[in-house]
Amino acid sequence: MAGPKKYDPALMGKKLSMNKSQGKTLKRLFSLITKKYKFSFLLVFFCIIANAVVSAASAMFIGNIIDDYVTPLLSMSVPDYSDLIRAIIAMAVIFLVGIGATLAQQLLMVRITQGVMKRVRDDMFDHMQTLPVKYFDTHTHGDVMSYYTNDIDTLRMMISQSIPQLMSSVITIVVYLVMMFSTNVWLTLFVLLFVAFTLLISGKVAGKSGKYFVTQQKALGEENGFIEEMINGQKVVKVFNHEEKAKEDFDKLNNGLCDTSYKANKFVNILGPINGNLGHLQYVLIAVVGGVLAISGFDPSLTLGVIATFLVSSKAFTMPITQVAQQAGAIVMALAGAQRVFDLLDEKSEDDNGYVTLVNAKYENGELCECKEHTGLWAWKHPHEDGTLTYTELKGEVRMSEVDFAYVEGKTVLHDITLYAEPGQKVAFVGATGAGKTTITNLINRFYDIEDGKIRYDGINLNKIKKDDLRRSLGIVLQETNLFTGTVADNIRYGKLDATDEEIVAAAKLANAHDFISRLPQGYDTELTNNGANLSQGQRQLISIARAAIADPPVMILDEATSSIDTRTEALVQRGMDALMKGRTVFVIAHRLSTVKNSDVIMVLDQGRIIERGTHDDLIAEKGQYYRLYTGAFELE
Amino acid sequence: MIKRLAKSIREFKAPSILCPLFIAGEVTMEVIIPMVMAKLLDEGINYKNAEGVVVGNAQSLWQIGLFLIFLVLVSITCGVLAGDFAAKASTGFARNLRHDMYYRIQNFSFANIDKFSTSSLVTRLTTDVTNVQNSYQMIIRIAIRSPLMMIFSLIMVFVINPQLGLIFVAVLPILAAGLLIIMKFAHPIFTLMLKTYDKLNRVVQENLRGIRVVKSFVREDKEREKFGEVSDATYKLATKAEKIIAFNMPLMQVCIYGVMLLVAWFGANFVVNTNEAALTTGELTSMFTYSMQILMNFMMLSMVFMMIVMSRASANRIVEVLNEESDITDPENPVTRIADGSIIFKDVNFSYSKDINKLCLTDIDLEIKSGETVGIIGGTGSSKSTLVQLVPRLYDTTSGEVLVGGKNVKEYSVKALRDAVAMVLQKNVLFSGTVRENLKWGNENATDDEINIALKSACAYDFVIKMPQGLDTYIEQGGTNVSGGQKQRLCIARALLKNPKILILDDSTSAVDTQTDAYIRNAMKEFLPETTKIIIAQRISSVEHADKIIVMDGGKISDVGTHEELLSKSEIYKEVYSSQTKGGVK
Repeated sequence: MAGPKKYDPALMGKKLSMNKSQGKTLKRLFSLITKKYKFSFLLVFFCIIANAVVSAASAMFIGNIIDDYVTPLLSMSVPDYSDLIRAIIAMAVIFLVGIGATLAQQLLMVRITQGVMKRVRDDMFDHMQTLPVKYFDTHTHGDVMSYYTNDIDTLRMMISQSIPQLMSSVITIVVYLVMMFSTNVWLTLFVLLFVAFTLLISGKVAGKSGKYFVTQQKALGEENGFIEEMINGQKVVKVFNHEEKAKEDFDKLNNGLCDTSYKANKFVNILGPINGNLGHLQYVLIAVVGGVLAISGFDPSLTLGVIATFLVSSKAFTMPITQVAQQAGAIVMALAGAQRVFDLLDEKSEDDNGYVTLVNAKYENGELCECKEHTGLWAWKHPHEDGTLTYTELKGEVRMSEVDFAYVEGKTVLHDITLYAEPGQKVAFVGATGAGKTTITNLINRFYDIEDGKIRYDGINLNKIKKDDLRRSLGIVLQETNLFTGTVADNIRYGKLDATDEEIVAAAKLANAHDFISRLPQGYDTELTNNGANLSQGQRQLISIARAAIADPPVMILDEATSSIDTRTEALVQRGMDALMKGRTVFVIAHRLSTVKNSDVIMVLDQGRIIERGTHDDLIAEKGQYYRLYTGAFELE
Repeated sequence: MIKRLAKSIREFKAPSILCPLFIAGEVTMEVIIPMVMAKLLDEGINYKNAEGVVVGNAQSLWQIGLFLIFLVLVSITCGVLAGDFAAKASTGFARNLRHDMYYRIQNFSFANIDKFSTSSLVTRLTTDVTNVQNSYQMIIRIAIRSPLMMIFSLIMVFVINPQLGLIFVAVLPILAAGLLIIMKFAHPIFTLMLKTYDKLNRVVQENLRGIRVVKSFVREDKEREKFGEVSDATYKLATKAEKIIAFNMPLMQVCIYGVMLLVAWFGANFVVNTNEAALTTGELTSMFTYSMQILMNFMMLSMVFMMIVMSRASANRIVEVLNEESDITDPENPVTRIADGSIIFKDVNFSYSKDINKLCLTDIDLEIKSGETVGIIGGTGSSKSTLVQLVPRLYDTTSGEVLVGGKNVKEYSVKALRDAVAMVLQKNVLFSGTVRENLKWGNENATDDEINIALKSACAYDFVIKMPQGLDTYIEQGGTNVSGGQKQRLCIARALLKNPKILILDDSTSAVDTQTDAYIRNAMKEFLPETTKIIIAQRISSVEHADKIIVMDGGKISDVGTHEELLSKSEIYKEVYSSQTKGGVK
C-alpha cells in the first residue's frame, strides 16, 4: 500500500523488552505467516543469508583489491590484467547472485505480506459477521474501522520491513560478533560495553520522546475534540457572536499542542545524530587506544594489523544494532496493532444452539410435510431427542412471559414483560426514550438474549430456533434507514436475493415507492451512494419498506419507522406500511401516536415495565398515561 | 499555493533557516569524518617506517584522534541543533496553520460553512495539517540534507580522483531513469489500488452501520461475498503495484555494485597506467563509502519527493480554507444601534447556490411589526428555516432586501445585528461545559439571578435545580446527558439571556410537551413584550395563538393570517390541522 508511512514514535519510548502477551502475539503472527507461506518464508531466509554473504564478500574484495591485484600489477613490466579481470568477473557473478537474491526476496515478501494481509482482512470480516449485535453497540465504528486501516497497515510494515530487517540484522550481528571475538577478546568486550552505553543513551532519549509523544497524542486528541465540537456548533457560535471566545479557547489548546509536539519531535530528531556520532566516537576510541597500546607493545597479540581489521568489523557490528534499536519502536507498535487484530478475531461469536429450522412446507393428506419447492407455506422442522421430527406451521405467534432483561449485568432494563401477539395482530409499543421499546424487539429477533422468563414463537421456545431461520421469518424496518451502495433494485433485492425484476416492482408498489423510483433519472437502476444521500429521508424509508416487503416475512418489526418524516410525507409512508402490515403479526414502535392508533393492542412502557395495555379506545377511556401522551400533555422523547 | 502556506511560517522563519544551516554543518562533518578516519588509519595505525614495515605512529594517533573527537562533537552539536530547530519550525508552522485556518473559519458565513461541510473542515484542521507538518520537516531536513550529501560526496570523489568521478556522471542518470520508469508503471496501479481501498472501507463501514439490517435479513454471506470481492481486487492490485516497487532495491544494488566494479577496474587501471601508487587502500575504501552515500541519498531524495507530492493534496485543502473569503462582511460605516424589532422582507429571492433557477425562496414580501408574535408553518423543504436565517444575516438575499428596525440588514455591523437577534437553531447544540457556562453564551456577564429568570421563562429551572450540581452540572459534548426536551429548553434560555429585540425559535420546542410549550410562550409574552417573536413549528398548537401565522409551501408564502382566518382560507393549514387532531380528543 502506498501512502505516508504511519510510524508513531510514541512507542519508541518503550524498550524492546517484550512482555508475555507480546511474545504470544509475535508467535501467533509468525504462525500466520508460516501456515501458508512456510516455503516462501524459508526462501526469504536463504535470500537474506545470501545477501549477507554477498556484502561480506564485497567488503573483502574492497579490502584486498589493492594488495592482491593492484600491487602485483605495478611490479610487472607488462601488466597482465587477466587476474584482475577474473576477480572482477567473479565478483560480478557474486553480485548478480546478490541482486537476484534481493529481487527474489522482495517479490516473495510482496506475496507473503499481501497474502497475509488479505487473509487477516478476510478473517476479520468473516468473523465480524458472526459477532453479536452487542459488540457493535459497544464499539464505535471508527474504532472497528481502524482495524481494517491502521492496524492492518502496521502489520504490513512489520511483515514487509521490520521482520526481514530484524533477521538480516541478527545474522550480521552474529557474524561480526564471532569475527570480533576471534580477532581480539578485550577489544570486543570494549565494543560491547560501548554499544551498551550507546543503547542506554538512545534509550534515555527515546524514552523522553516517548513520554512527550504520549502527552502529544493526548493534546492532539483534546484539540481534535475541541475542533470537532466547535466546528459542529459553528452556526451556534455565529448566532451568539461567540467567535472571539472560541478563538481564545482554541489558541490555548493549540499552543499547548505545539509545545508538546515540539518536544516529542525534538527527541526523535536528535536520536539519529546521537547514535551516528557515538558510532564514530567508538571508532576513534578503538583506533587511538588500541593503536597506542599496540605500539607500546602492551599486549603482544594486539598488533596494528589486528586493530585495522577490528575497526572494520566493529563498525559493521554497531550499525545493525542501532538499526534494530530504531526499529524497536515500529515493532512494538506493530505488535500492538497485531494484538488488536487478534482481539477482534478472538471476540466471541454469537452463540446459537438452535436446532429448529425453517423449511418450505405443504399439506399432504391434511398433514404438514417438508418439500423442496417454494410453496409460500413455511414450517418449523423440530427434531426431537427420540429421533422423531415434527412440523409446525409458521404463523407468527409470539408470546413473552415474565421476561427480564439487562444489557449490563445487574442493570435490569426490562422487568416482568408479559405479552402475546396472535398471528396477524398489530402490537404497538409506546413510551419515552429508554423505556425499553426497542429492547423488546431486540429480544424477539435475538439480537440480545433474555435473562429470565420465556419467549415462545409459534409455541416453540425461541432459544431452540436456529438464529438465521428465526431472523429470516422476521422483517424489520428501522428508524435509521441503512441503504447500501448499489442500485435501487439491488437495495430492494437485499430482502430476497433471487427476486425477479417483476417482484421488485411489485414490492415497490406495495410500499408506495414505485412512483418516486420511476421518476428517478435511471429508475430502478439509479445508483445510490452514501446511504442514499441523493434521496430524501422519506424516500429512503420507502425503499427500506420495499426491502422488507419483498422478503415477505410473517412477522414485522417497525421501529420508529416514520418518526423523522414530516407529517405530510408520513401519510405516504404510512400507506406503504399499512399495505405491508396486512396479514402479518406486527410490532410497531412509534413516536407519533397517530401511527399506532389502529393497533390491536397498545403497550405503554415506562422504565422497562408495561404500565398500561389495551386498544386505543380503551386507553383513552382509562385517562392514564396514554391519554396524557395522546393529548400532548406529556413530554415524549 | 506555497506562497499562501509560507505566510503562516512567521516567527518560525529563524528556525526554518537555522535548521538547514546546521544540517549543512552536520553534512560537512559527516563527509570530513570518514576522510580523517582514513587518515587516522593510514598515518596512525598503518604508518610504515623507512623500511616499509608497519610500526604505527602514536603521536599521529593522538593528534588525529583528538581532532576526530572534536569533529564528532561539532557534528553532534550540529545534529542536535538541527533536529531541535526542525522540530521547532515544523510544529510551529503547524500551529500557525491551525491558528490561521481556525481564525479564518470563525469569519466564515453560513454559506462558507455549508460549502465545506463540518467533517471536511475537521479533517483539514487535523489530518491535513499533520501531513503538511511532516512534509515541512522533511523538506527542511532531508530535502536539504540529501542533495548536500550528494554534492559533497561527489566533490570528494572528484577530489580523490576526477576520472573515477566520471563513473557517477554515467550511473546517476541510469538510476534516475530506472526509478522514473518504476514510478511511472507503479503510479497508475497505486491510484487504482487506493480507489479499491476506499471501496473496501466503504463496504466495512456500510456493514457496520447496517449490521442490524444484515443480521435481520440474514445476509452475512452476501456481505462476505461483497467484501471478498473487493478484498480480492485490493490484493491483486496491491500485489501488482508492490511487485513493481520491489524492483527499487535490486536497481539500487545494480548501481552500487556496478559502481564498485567500475571503480575497481578503472581504479586499478588508473593506478597501474600512471604508475603512481596514488590510490591508497584508505582512499579506495572512502571512494566506496562516498559511492554508497551518493546513491543512497539519491534514492532518499526520490522518496521524499514522492511524499511531498502526496502531501500536496493536503496542502491544497488547507489553502482552500485560507483563501476562502467570507461573503458576509461589515459595511464601511456600520450602524450599531438597532431601533426596534420590526422586520420587512421586500421582494426577496434567495438561493443557496446563488443560482436564480434554483430559488429556495421566491417573491417574499412580508411585514412584521416590532413586538409581534409570528408563527411559521409548512412541510419539510418549504424553506421556513431559510426565511428566518435571512433576518440575522446568516445568509444574504440573492435579490430584494431584508429590513430590521427600518434599515437594511447589510447596513448594520454583523455583531450588533446578531446581538439584537437571538436565534434558537433547529440543530441545537450545547457545548461541553457546565450549564452556567453554556447559558453565559447568551450574556457573558449574566448574574445567577438573571440566569435563573431565563431558566424559569424557558421552563428549565425545575429540572436544572434537580440536577446533581445545579448550574454547575457538566454538560457532555453534544448535550448527551440531558434529554431532547431539556436540551431545547436550555437552548431557549440561552437565547433569552441575550435579551434580544427579535427572538427566533426554529422548531425549538418539538420535543417539549404542549403544556410546557404553552407555558414558555406565555412567559416570553410576559418577560419580552417588546421583543418580536418568530416561532417555526410543526405543531399547530405552538403557533395558533400567534398574531400572525405564515404558511410556507415550496419556498413561497402560501398564506398569512390568524388561526381562524387560515382555517377558512388555507388548504395546507387545514390539512395539517386535521392531520394533527383527526380522531383526537381535542
